Amino acid sequence: MKDQLPVPETKSFHFSSRQSVALVLLCTFFGAAAQMLIKSGANALASGSPLAMLTNLPLVAGYSLYGISTVLLVLALRDGELSLLYPVISLTFVWVTLLSLTLLKETANPYKLAGIAIIVLGVAVLGKEKKS
Amino acid sequence: MNTPLSSMLLVLLASFIGSFGAVFLKWGAGRLHRHWKSMIFNWRLAAGVGFYLLSSFFFVLGLRHGELTILYPMVSLGYLWTMLWSCIFFGERVTRNKFLGIGLVLAGIVVLNLGNR
Repeated sequence: MKDQLPVPETKSFHFSSRQSVALVLLCTFFGAAAQMLIKSGANALASGSPLAMLTNLPLVAGYSLYGISTVLLVLALRDGELSLLYPVISLTFVWVTLLSLTLLKETANPYKLAGIAIIVLGVAVLGKEKKS
Repeated sequence: MNTPLSSMLLVLLASFIGSFGAVFLKWGAGRLHRHWKSMIFNWRLAAGVGFYLLSSFFFVLGLRHGELTILYPMVSLGYLWTMLWSCIFFGERVTRNKFLGIGLVLAGIVVLNLGNR
C-alpha cells in the first residue's frame, strides 16, 4: 500500500475468513441473478445493434449486477485465500440451475440434481479448510 | 456431433487467461484501503477485469463449434491454474482438502452439464 494515494490516518479495514466466504457467497447470488437477467434480455433482443443492447433493461441490469458481484469478489479476495475462495464461485452454477428449474420451468433430471449435490459437497470440503 | 480440437484449445486458452484475471484481482485487492478511490484507480484490478474480458472473448470463439457438454466444464479447469498461481505468487498452501474440493467441484460441473444435453 506504499505506492498508493496518501492514506488518511484511519485504521484500514480487515475481513475475517468467515466474512470473506460470506462475501463470495453474496457474489455468487448476484452473479446468478446477472446471468438470468442477461439470458432473458438476450432472448428479447431484436437486433445486435449497440442501441438495442443499451436500451434493453434486463441486459443493462444484468451487467450492472455483474459489476456489483465483481466488487464483492474483490473485497473478499482482499483478506481471503484465492485458492480457497475462487472455486466457491462455482456455486453460481448451482443457483443458475435452480433458478432455471423454478423460473424458466426447465425440466430436472438426475444429472442436474447429482451435479448440484457434488458441487455443494466440493464447496463444503473447501469451507472446512482452515485459513493458514 | 464431435468437438473440434481447435474449440478445445480456444476454451483451454480462455480458462488460462481467466486464471490470470483472478490473480490480478487478488493482487489489486491487497492494495485496497478505506477509500473508494483505491478500488477505481487500481491498475491491477483493471488488468484483472481486462483478462476476464479477453478470456470471455476466446470462450465465445471456442463455443461456436462443438459440444457445450464438453466445452463448458473445461472453463472450470481455470480453478486448477488459479490454485497453481495462488501457490506461486501468493504463497498459499496447496492442501489435500483444496485438491479434493476442487476435484469435486469439477466433477459436479461435468455431471451438471451432462444434464443439459
